[in-house]
Amino acid sequence: MIVAEKKPIEEIIEQVEDCEKLLILGCNECVTVCEAGGKKEVGVLASALRMYFLNQGKEVRIDEVTLERQCDHEYLEEIREVADQYDAIVSLACGVGVQFVAEKYHSQRVYPGVNTCFLGATEQRGLWTERCQACGTCILAYTAGICPISRCAKRLLNGPCGGSSNGKCEINPELDCAWQLIIDRLKALGRLEDYEKLLEIKDWSTDRAGGPRKVIREDVQI
Amino acid sequence: MRLSYPTNIRIIRVPCSGKVDIIHILRAFEKGADGVCVVGCIEGDCHFKTGNFRARKRVEQARKLLESVGVGGERVKMYNLSSGEGPLFARYATEIVDIVKALGPNPIKRFKKNAA
Ligand code: SF4
Ligand code: SF4
Repeated sequence: MIVAEKKPIEEIIEQVEDCEKLLILGCNECVTVCEAGGKKEVGVLASALRMYFLNQGKEVRIDEVTLERQCDHEYLEEIREVADQYDAIVSLACGVGVQFVAEKYHSQRVYPGVNTCFLGATEQRGLWTERCQACGTCILAYTAGICPISRCAKRLLNGPCGGSSNGKCEINPELDCAWQLIIDRLKALGRLEDYEKLLEIKDWSTDRAGGPRKVIREDVQI
Repeated sequence: MRLSYPTNIRIIRVPCSGKVDIIHILRAFEKGADGVCVVGCIEGDCHFKTGNFRARKRVEQARKLLESVGVGGERVKMYNLSSGEGPLFARYATEIVDIVKALGPNPIKRFKKNAA
């Protein structure tokens, strides 16, 4: 999923200070799971902002809506009738959601309420770690299901480097060396001979290096 | 045991202090409360194992947020005691009331219409 973190409230206040009607817009998907932008966080932010404004002597109307998703036309249409009633919308969705709201409601001020961090997994409650960089040409089949693009600091295709020690990466003693993990898992799979096969230079044109990307699926288009 | 504690405290019962979420604390202030204290069981004695630890963290989050919005973080406090410690409860209740009195009323009430 997409992992995000709440922005400090001070930063949000700076953007919406002059508003009199605000919509705080949550998203029911990834940001709910990583406890940054779901219904609950919408409620907390709205309540805190209301108090902030009251304390400044301003009664600001702050409404709360949480959509199923903010990255789909169909759900974003649900605020069509009300969107222009507000001076600004603070979206607690990932950067994709924020942009889609801004695109769809073109003349509306839209601000992000979270920092979008990475594609990752919930290792435990309150701990999320990166697992994928959406490189567009997945090589997990050759790396024992462990991604060296997102998990090796140097994105090595044929690691480890000389900085791997005791299973940890040289950039941070807390961080597992991705290539140590790959070798360990190849061993567990009884496929250590695969480690001898060199990975060829990767096609990076499907990564961000090739500019903004698109997926077109004519077979499902209507 | 006939103990008296300040009458300006309103008790809201919850099944476990872990039930108290940050939004409950914030709403109390939004509605005009001058202070909130969460009273949980002794740490390590939670019937649901971690309820009072969760409550402590939420109290901490609420403190930070209330500080950021200018209401004042010191208005929220967490206490731990066992159900057999009536006198201690009365003492804590007096303490929080004293703290809040020293801080003065919830500042948002100055502007709030029909404040509680
Ligand atoms: S190889 Fe690319 S697509 Fe596969 S997990 Fe790694 S970054 Fe993601
Ligand atoms: S120590 Fe391992 S994870 Fe770190 S840069 Fe070298 S190969 Fe990559």
